[in-house]
Amino acid sequence: MRDWRERYELVIGIEVHTHLKTASKLFSPAPVRYGEEPNHAVHEIDLALPGVLPVLNEQAVELAIRLGLAIHATVNPVSIFARKNYFYPDLPKGYQISQYEDPIVSKGWLDVDVAVPGGAKGEKAVRRRIGITRAHLEEDAGKSIHDDAIAGGADSAIDLNRAGVPLLEIVSEPDLRTPEEASAYLRTLRGILRAVDVSDADMEKGQLRCDANVSIRRKGETTFGTRTEIKNLNSFTHVEDAILAEALRQIELVEDGKAVVQATMGYDPERKRTHVQRLKENADDYRYFPDPDLIELRIDPARIEAVRASLPELPDQMRARFEAALGLSAYEAGVLTTSRSLAEFFESTASACGSPKSAANWIIRDVLRVLKERDLEIEQTALTPAMLAGLIRLVDGGRTTARSAAEIFAILVTEGGDPERLMVERGLEAVSDTGAIDGFADQVIAAHPDVVAQIRGGDDKPLNFLMGQVMKRSQGKAEPGSVRQTLIRKIRG
Amino acid sequence: MSQAEKVLSGSLRTLREALDRKELTASELVEASLARMDRGKDLAAVVTRNDEKALRAAEEASRRIAAGKPRSVLDGIPVVLKHNIVEQGELATCSSRILENFVSPYDATVVERLRAAGAVFVGRANMDEFAMGSSTESSIYGPAHNPWDPTRSCGGSSGGSAAAVAAGFAPIALGSDTGGSIRQPASFCGVVGFKPSYGRISRWGLIAFASSLDQIGPFARTVSDCAAAFELMAGHDARDSTSLPEPAPKVCERLDGEVAGMTIGLPKEYFVEQGVSPGVLARVREAIAVLDKAGAKIVPVSLPHTTHTIATYYLVATAEASSNLARYDGVRYGRRAKDPVDLEDLYRRSRSEGFGAEVKRRILLGTYVLSAGYYDAYYGKAQRVRTLIRRDFELAFAQCDVILTPTAPETAFRLGEKSGDPLAMYLSDVYTVSANLAGLPALSLPCGLSDGLPVGLQLLGKPFDEASILRVGDAFERATPHHRLVPPGAAS
Repeated sequence: MRDWRERYELVIGIEVHTHLKTASKLFSPAPVRYGEEPNHAVHEIDLALPGVLPVLNEQAVELAIRLGLAIHATVNPVSIFARKNYFYPDLPKGYQISQYEDPIVSKGWLDVDVAVPGGAKGEKAVRRRIGITRAHLEEDAGKSIHDDAIAGGADSAIDLNRAGVPLLEIVSEPDLRTPEEASAYLRTLRGILRAVDVSDADMEKGQLRCDANVSIRRKGETTFGTRTEIKNLNSFTHVEDAILAEALRQIELVEDGKAVVQATMGYDPERKRTHVQRLKENADDYRYFPDPDLIELRIDPARIEAVRASLPELPDQMRARFEAALGLSAYEAGVLTTSRSLAEFFESTASACGSPKSAANWIIRDVLRVLKERDLEIEQTALTPAMLAGLIRLVDGGRTTARSAAEIFAILVTEGGDPERLMVERGLEAVSDTGAIDGFADQVIAAHPDVVAQIRGGDDKPLNFLMGQVMKRSQGKAEPGSVRQTLIRKIRG
Repeated sequence: MSQAEKVLSGSLRTLREALDRKELTASELVEASLARMDRGKDLAAVVTRNDEKALRAAEEASRRIAAGKPRSVLDGIPVVLKHNIVEQGELATCSSRILENFVSPYDATVVERLRAAGAVFVGRANMDEFAMGSSTESSIYGPAHNPWDPTRSCGGSSGGSAAAVAAGFAPIALGSDTGGSIRQPASFCGVVGFKPSYGRISRWGLIAFASSLDQIGPFARTVSDCAAAFELMAGHDARDSTSLPEPAPKVCERLDGEVAGMTIGLPKEYFVEQGVSPGVLARVREAIAVLDKAGAKIVPVSLPHTTHTIATYYLVATAEASSNLARYDGVRYGRRAKDPVDLEDLYRRSRSEGFGAEVKRRILLGTYVLSAGYYDAYYGKAQRVRTLIRRDFELAFAQCDVILTPTAPETAFRLGEKSGDPLAMYLSDVYTVSANLAGLPALSLPCGLSDGLPVGLQLLGKPFDEASILRVGDAFERATPHHRLVPPGAAS
């Protein structure tokens, strides 16, 4: 099994359900609110009272158009709402209004940068273009609550606050080949959803839900294997782990001479295993038909152009600009454009310090590390682009050392402040004063005669050791360039 | 019979004049309406009432009228609502066990508009369960009876509304028409029934049977009364996406009694000897002669897809109904089975106990025609034929302004006569369903009696041209006495 990646290839397609950032529901005037008392964000329409009728939320249409344009897709001039009929207690009408044969958005794509396995710290990436089959508008269902404490005894309770919340279902082509690609696709898609302000796409709040279709085939084969669908994956890690677990399960079946059966799978993150929930041969017949309560959704080309004109710069456009105009690597540009706030932070820092490359280095190496460690967003720190730019100027100008800069940086992140003043107040200026460095160099040369002899003999390697000793005595404040020059001058004359 | 009760038997215009001349008050009028309903209780035409609320509304109307500030032609006028049109705080049962105790927390658009016009809702009318029927027999309240002959059906599904107007309970009643449910009962009860174009009157608050066919409309004793009520209800409503985005047309001012210069088409497929009773055919032919004499041009037209209308209608209507009625699941409101063992049991028993036989039959049919593998053969094909039927009318209306047909192939049948034979019941809709499939406005008005029972004349118009059929109907009325015929028991 260990070498499965050499023998098998995965074929993965992703379906995403994302909550649209609208003020009200897809077909009712009830507000979209999270954390509201159960059944307090509902309207007669959401309760499916006798005699009510749906009215389409134009804001949701606007957002669907935005997403469609952002993924280079066709926004269809005519699309149709259909009823998907099935009985469930949290589905009040007994049908979900969705789009079936004629979705609002079709045939798009997005470019995904995937870290190459084994590349140093993922700093090598390949870019892959992933097709998007369609995106369609539909309403969410309510929630069934089986918690005894809430529902009481053997009963279940139903909260319809979520019923009717607008969703965009975005379906990818089966173009993804590894679990890492699948999660990179999701991250990129989330970045786009946020960049164009279509959704907050917060997985923890259930605003972005993911199903993965997985099949395997031997390398070199061109036909698809039988696929299974893993439902309700709610974090990037779960997506990767579940796809891997399901692929291994399928490979094991095939290696044992058994067949993969079409099924809906669940994923248990504790045990990192997938399990069959329902076989597809028992598939429900949803009896789709066009909803006679709604008219065709017609979108005028002029409206599409107006939306296009209102779109902000998209992540991939920004990425291309960062590479071409600012000289960043594909990896750097990719990382810095994962969210709009990060990209804006980078651009401000770069223009304030005058060095895009240094700004990129600092943000990717230091800022992102801190954000990850403390689970923060960039806006939640005290650090501003002006502060970081100030610090970068101090380092690049040789006025402070890397070690001192790290100290200043830590303060800026938690408390903020003027980097130069902090440097002065805390005595963190680089020592480039030759007198002081000379003194430390003399002490070190005297203390390590054997090393000095080695260097004199033409071996430069131990020079780093001596530099370290001088730095140590200067408490890290000596400017490394001057230390090196001073040592060489003294030893080699 | 009190003076007020006598006035109540008249047209809306005579009632309006009596109120405005202070010959009687709105309160007296509404009391008379309630008294008449008490006496006519055995008809089972109006099955639930809220007298206290009606009398309160009447008092307010009386004060407005006394102050010389009536809100509209309907201010203080008793109006009966069909049991599938919701009013806040009132039962709306659709004559079904499953909604037996359902009280609506909101108003239908038509209720809102008529209340704003001052109308007083005096009672709610019996109907076929969920409007599925042509006889008002499939009802938890029992069958409604025809005021002309209580052993006969008043038609359906809006039979209670038609009987209420015929029996003199109120000058205006509202019904709904999915395949003839206003026109056929109007024909059986000898009153005027008007189904406007699809999209003309908001369906917000009309409990759905088949969404693409349902339309609310008025019953009255004259065409001009129907037109007056129609003007107050019609016009765009943002809560109904299928509502035409235009204000109500001014039809009343078009009723000038003239038909000279108008062309009336007679579809040859509707005037075949078999299937239509000789008495009905005779009255309709007399009506044609009246219009001919009044100056209308009578021309033959053809609607070649007529033979497919019943099949098409029952595929489309049942498919939509099967989905529309899925919400009655015992979970949120309506009938809920006692002590279900699990979810499946809750659904199965709530719906088995809650729905009657005809509703179940149609849900099953509709579920079947939408099923995977059958969709194209049934629902898909029905939609294509529907387009052909619409096209038939477009071509026919290139040659005429209005199409004239019988409303129903026969006069009121006996209660029980067809209730055991669903197919025979479906076939009695043959002249009415095409207007729903094509979205056309359609009017049924009395054109005389056959063996002592009323016969209805149907006029069909171009989409959204309500004015032409109302104009022809009004002119016919002015030229004939038929609309003044009242059932023996209701004579003043």
